[in-house]
Amino acid sequence: MRQQLLARQPAYGYELKQGLEQTFGAAYPQPNIGQIYVTLSRLEKSGLIRGTEVTQEGRPDKKVYEITEKGTEELANWFEAPTEGPRVRDEFFMKLILAEGTDLTDQLTLINNQRRHCINMMRGLNRLAATERGNRTSLLLIEGAVLHLQADLDWLERCQEELT
Amino acid sequence: MTGAEPTSPPLLAAGALVRSHLSGSTLIPAVRGISLQIDRGEFVAVTGPSGAGKSTLLHLLGGLLRPDEGELWLDGRRVDRLREAAWARLRRRHYGIVFQSGNLLSDFSVADNIELTAVLAGMPGRTARERRRELLNDLGLAHKATAGPGELSGGERQRVALARALVNRPQLLLADEPTGNLDSRSTRDVLALLARYHRQGTTIVLVTHDARAASTADRVISLFDGRIADDARVEEPPAAWQSATGVRGVIDFGG
Repeated sequence: MRQQLLARQPAYGYELKQGLEQTFGAAYPQPNIGQIYVTLSRLEKSGLIRGTEVTQEGRPDKKVYEITEKGTEELANWFEAPTEGPRVRDEFFMKLILAEGTDLTDQLTLINNQRRHCINMMRGLNRLAATERGNRTSLLLIEGAVLHLQADLDWLERCQEELT
Repeated sequence: MTGAEPTSPPLLAAGALVRSHLSGSTLIPAVRGISLQIDRGEFVAVTGPSGAGKSTLLHLLGGLLRPDEGELWLDGRRVDRLREAAWARLRRRHYGIVFQSGNLLSDFSVADNIELTAVLAGMPGRTARERRRELLNDLGLAHKATAGPGELSGGERQRVALARALVNRPQLLLADEPTGNLDSRSTRDVLALLARYHRQGTTIVLVTHDARAASTADRVISLFDGRIADDARVEEPPAAWQSATGVRGVIDFGG
């Protein structure tokens, strides 16, 4: 992510943090500055970015980072590759199937609890969408999350139809 | 004075409602024993797979279908035995109802469809016009006031039906999939409008398949196979939730 932003222009760690915030808005979980520096030093060690010390008057030196040729190449591959991702809640499914035959819970309880959880999450997303009104990037991301939750809920209904 | 304060009855109470539909020569049970209470000011979503009995339940609650068995109480008064004329009066006075089909009068404009409902309930024409303007504005349909229902898309017709149901500021709104045919933005408009009426005191029962609509409510009743499978309060996320979490938990950011 930091590397992606560096492909636009060289930047300091703090500038990257601000850039991320401006680009993605509040819907996107923001890394803290520590995580950013850790990532930057890891990327630098791998030769994907290069840091240059800049002396500042009256303040400690800071490093400006830019992307290297190798980094650009890797980034191009990243853009080109299809994006895989988790599509089914494996852990919930595991619980649902393994619940049968235990006295610990039953499938309907599991489905009801999961449904409640999804709806409460959805409530949170509605809230977030209200505060992010006007930020199109943020709203798109929230809409993606909303559609995922809707799919989860539809799937829970299917589980209920088949299993209970 | 001694004794407990008299508690007012729930706005709506259903006891062991049962209703079947005739399909050919076989009776198909749609609602198989539903009991519930809805208090004044509640916003309740009813969800469940198709065929779970959602729409039948809503029709029973609005008196548009009579139960085969069970009781229905409105504001402390038993109403399941009332005749149609009495039901029509009740509905005009207390209810706003939106069904999936919309049921607009095809020979009247959008504006007339809404205003007529208000005027028939005794509202002065001028007030009716103001309310109609306000509602169409809120629903993003101000430019369709003079159109006929035939010129509207499915989603537009649905929103007009919602405006018509709300124009009399009913105590109780029954809505069947009011966001069913809507795009994301119109859904947002409709949900915002419902939330506002709810804040102003309207009790709402919403049948929906849309999780975003369901999560706008305070309480979600999940039907399955004609019975209540779950009845849960929707929890407010803590205020700190969103800045810390964003959409994490739904979308994977790869750590």
